Formats: sequence, C-alpha cells, structure tokens
Amino acid sequence: MKTMSMMEAIREAMNKRMREDRNVLLFGEDVGAFGGCFGVSAGMFDEFGPERVRDTPISEGVIIGTAVGAAATGLKPIAELMFMDFATVGADQLVNQAAKMRYMFGGKITLPMVVRLPLGAGISAAAQHSQSLEAWLAHIPGLKVVYPSSPADAYGLMLQSIDDENPVIFLEHKVLYGASGEVDENMAPIKFGIGDVKREGGDITIVATGKMVHEALAAAEKLSADGIEAEVFDPRTLFPFDKEGLLKSLEKTNKAVIVTEENKRGSFAGEISAIIAEDGFDYLDGPVVRVCAMNTPVPFSPVLEQYYIPSVEDIVTAVKKMF
Amino acid sequence: MDLTNEKIIEMYRTMKRIREFETNASRLFAEGSIPGFVHLYLGEEAVATGVCSSMNEDDYITSTHRGHGHIIAKGGESKYMMAELFGKETGYCKGKGGSMHIADATKGILGANGIVGAGHNIAVGAGLSAKYRESGQVVACFFGDGSTNQGTFHESINLASIWKLPVVFVCENNLYGISMSQARHQAIQDVADRAVAYNIPGIVVDGNDIFAVYEAATEAVARARSGQGPTLIECKTYRHKGHFEGDPTTYRPSDEVQEWMAKDPLPRAVAYLMDNEILTEEELKKIDEEIVKEIEDAIKFAEDSPVPSLESIVQDIYTDIVEEVR
Repeated sequence: MKTMSMMEAIREAMNKRMREDRNVLLFGEDVGAFGGCFGVSAGMFDEFGPERVRDTPISEGVIIGTAVGAAATGLKPIAELMFMDFATVGADQLVNQAAKMRYMFGGKITLPMVVRLPLGAGISAAAQHSQSLEAWLAHIPGLKVVYPSSPADAYGLMLQSIDDENPVIFLEHKVLYGASGEVDENMAPIKFGIGDVKREGGDITIVATGKMVHEALAAAEKLSADGIEAEVFDPRTLFPFDKEGLLKSLEKTNKAVIVTEENKRGSFAGEISAIIAEDGFDYLDGPVVRVCAMNTPVPFSPVLEQYYIPSVEDIVTAVKKMF
Repeated sequence: MDLTNEKIIEMYRTMKRIREFETNASRLFAEGSIPGFVHLYLGEEAVATGVCSSMNEDDYITSTHRGHGHIIAKGGESKYMMAELFGKETGYCKGKGGSMHIADATKGILGANGIVGAGHNIAVGAGLSAKYRESGQVVACFFGDGSTNQGTFHESINLASIWKLPVVFVCENNLYGISMSQARHQAIQDVADRAVAYNIPGIVVDGNDIFAVYEAATEAVARARSGQGPTLIECKTYRHKGHFEGDPTTYRPSDEVQEWMAKDPLPRAVAYLMDNEILTEEELKKIDEEIVKEIEDAIKFAEDSPVPSLESIVQDIYTDIVEEVR
C-alpha cells in the first residue's frame, strides 16, 4: 500500500502499462515536457521520451481522431483533452467515429483507446472549463464511461481502461486531483460495471459519482448524528452501469437520493432515476430524489459557483425531507 | 514512368470494375433494391485506381461517402460490397453499415465515412501508428474538395506535417461540394495551394488521366515511405452523376457536363491500351466480359443472401458487452 493523490494514481497506472506495453502511447496538449495542464503526466516525458509522450497542437478533433486511427491499426493510445468541455470541439471523432466504427463495420475493427477528460466545477474556471457532460457520453452506444472518486479506484479503473478493447472515456474531476488515499500498486484492474459501497447504512441509499461521492460521505456523517444511516453507492462506471449493485442496496434501504454535479435537466442522474423506477419500484417507499447542479451555465464568481454546485447541506436537506 | 503491360492491364481492370459496379448500383438503386443513400464514383475511377495501384496491400486508406471506387481499388471484393449495399447479412458490415461505411481492415481499408472530413483525422492516426511501429506502411487519405473547408483538413495536414507522418492526402476535386461549386465555396482554384501553409508539396494533376495520377501518387508514396512526410495531391476530376442518386444536378451547366464527359477516364485508358497495342480488341472484350460477369455474380450473391437476424442488432457494438434485445 502506498499513499497517493488521485493525480499520482492516474499517472502511476499509465506508467505501469506503458512500461509493460510499448504500444501504449499518451498524447495531448502540453502533456510532454510541460507535464500536462494539471500536471498529471509530470515526469512521463522524461521516462518514455517524445515518441511515446507526445505534445499535440491545440486541435481537439485530430487529437481524438489520431487516437481512433492509431487504435484501429495496432496501438493503444491514451488521448488527453485539457478540459472535458473541449470534447465538444472533437465531438465528431468521439460520437460518430470512435463510438460507431466497430458497429458500422460489422465488428471487424477493434478500438482500444482511452480519452481522458478532466471535468467539474470548483476552481472558478467558469462556463467553458467546468462542465460535467457525462450524460452526453454515457448516452452514446459504443463508448464506455468511467468516473472514479478515489485514488485506488482511479488506479484500478485506469489499468482496466487501457486493457479494454473498446473506446473508454476516463473522467477526472479536477478538484479531486489532490485527494489522497491508499493504493495497492499490485492490485488487479477494476472490472467495469461493478459499483462500490463507500459507506454502509440501512436507512437510505445515496447514489453519487465523482466528487459528489465525497459530499455524500460528509452528508452521511451529519445524518448519522441525527440517527439516519445512509449507504453511499458509487457506481464508478456510468456505462456499463451496476444496476444489480444499486438494486441490492435499494432492497435494503427502500429510499434513494441521486447526487451528481451535472445540470439537473437531462442528467445521468435522471437515467439512474429511470433505472430505479423501471426495475426497483417495488423496493421504494418514497419518491426518487435528484440532487444536482442548477440548470445554469457554471458561473465564475466563487460565491455563485459554490451556490451552483450541490453541497453537503443540499444533500442533508434532501435526505431529511424523506423521513 | 516504369509500368509493365501487366500492371497497366490490371489498372484498366480496376477502373472497369468500378465503372461496372457503379453503373449497376445506379440501376439497382433506381429499381428499389438498394435502400438509403448512394453516392457514385462514376467518372472519378482514375483517381482511386491510380493512387491505390501505387500502394502495397498492407498500406492503409481512409475513404469518404463516395467510397465504392476507393474500396474496389484497394482490393475490396464486389460481392461483399454489393451485399452490404443491399443490407444483407453477408455484406462487409453484416448489413449494419451500408454504402457509406464499408470497411475491410484486412486490406487496410479503414472505412468509407459518412462525415465529410472525418477521414483526415483517422488517416493521421494510422500514419502515426505506421511510423511508430516502423512498419513502412503508408496511408492514402481520399477526400473531396468540399471537405477542404472543414477544420479537420487543416488540423490533420498540420499534424501530419509537423510529425512527418507517412500520409498522402488525395483531394478529388470534382468541382462541387454537393450543389455548391468550388468557385462559390472557396476563393482559390487549386486546393493544392493550401499545401504551402503546411510546408509540404502540393501537386495538381489531371485526375482523369490514370497515368498522371499514378505517377504523382508513386512519388508521394515513396516520399512518405522514406520518412519525408505528407504530400497533398489534387486530382481535377468530375462526377458523372449527382452528389447522390436522385440528385437532379440542375446546378451544373450542360456545357460543363459535356466538356467533362469528353474527358471520361475510361475511354482514355482504352485508347491508350489500343494505341500502344497492349491489348487487342478481342482481349479487351474478354476482360470487359469477365468484369460484367463478376458484377452479375456479385448482384446474384447479394440478392440470394439472407437479411440480418433481428438479434444481430445488439452485436458488434463492443467487443464484450451485448445488451439484451429490448
């Protein structure tokens, strides 16, 4: 076991696979000697050199497209976009190419590629550098969407993302980069579609993703002081989604609150609600509640931004209303 | 130009095969046998044939919505192509792709593409892969003049240029982006001029002259293979039909159409074969008959093939996950 930050865990998982397999490459804007916008790839250029850790021009379409073409012809590329918001610039390559090629070609092509997307609000980066657009990506057949909340999960899920033979979207919450935790560097890759109960409790299930897992855990501690024991369920991957794990928790608690940092309208939280409504209705003894960000662009001013992001208090309030 | 008679005859066969395939696709679409959209390559046969004849079997191509010619020229088999056009289980894509998405990775065909300009990016990725693996492979990226106003054209050539990737960018300038003439969609006459911006060679050739295309492509392929980076070749050509089957083509003046029909690459190739006594009339007739038969067989194969099972709808999305049907 080693204590690592989330950023180190992501880097060390990439390092591990790059040491083992020469076909794994990392490229993106400023990922080389500069070490990446947030420093995730610091030191990798020195270890692997300019052929394997490549700076690209600011051209998001061709960054993702290069990953598609390289993956189709024998490499295992990892592409980093500086911010998830920029995926909109390269959206054709993600949505119409990476996600569709295998299907359109009748299964006769394999695309083992990872696209890393730093996301989320909390650093006053405003409306074009802070969004949580995971619902868009989870909506697309052909993509897998991974969203770790802890260094250990990030490490194990990154190993699996690189090993996976399909296009994987790897979401990294910017505010969590510094979060530390214990990581077993010899751990097996974490298989997709297996959620993790981050806190056990019998009174209510709080489903949370990414940074909101931490908010949910803090809320659970407060609720515990008031006699409500919340179970915090982190699906860890949005597609494939661990429906079975969620329903198992719900069978025990009979109540569900879903917490994500997305704009509430059209969110993946809505998809989770629908899964519960369709397959877990009989377990429920109350309505499913979503706690999400407001339906506004992400504002700049810290006062407004904090108001926008779901807070521990928002979660506590929502849960208490259900009792 | 160093071409054996055998190679010249093979190139003619490829052009004729494309012509025959497309002529039949046009008829079958009109008759209702082919669903969806069909964008025909009639009139542009010399481009795909000239470029692919300069490449090796394990080299890569990326293609476009007007892809049948590229796929045939790179070795795609007409019966699996025709079955795909019919939406049959035996098609290249098991009926999941159709005309605009035919691919055959075993022959380096990284797919036709329904998004104008998308192949440029993918070609760069394949070029990086070939260079990184030191495989000696090159990539030909086919695209129309219409796509040269997409950002992908610029970002891809820029990246291929700075990384010196083995990619040959082949612009099929057929003078129209759908209904918009080149004179209206860009303020230059030669797309090849844009090569200057990326410090790579930009070459203009008569795209209806199979030998001119072959010569330019051979040089560009050699340049790419030897690590000197990309080339932009602009082939001036013309589509005999509309953008898609059913396009009334009212936007093209009839004298322009007449002028270009007179430059049809196929009769020009035939004249070369006759004038240089490479084939006798009888030998030519025999080749033509073989190809007519091949396409007839392909159509029969497509007609006789089963439609896909409904269960197959959920297969081939991922390598591992198959969601339940409904």
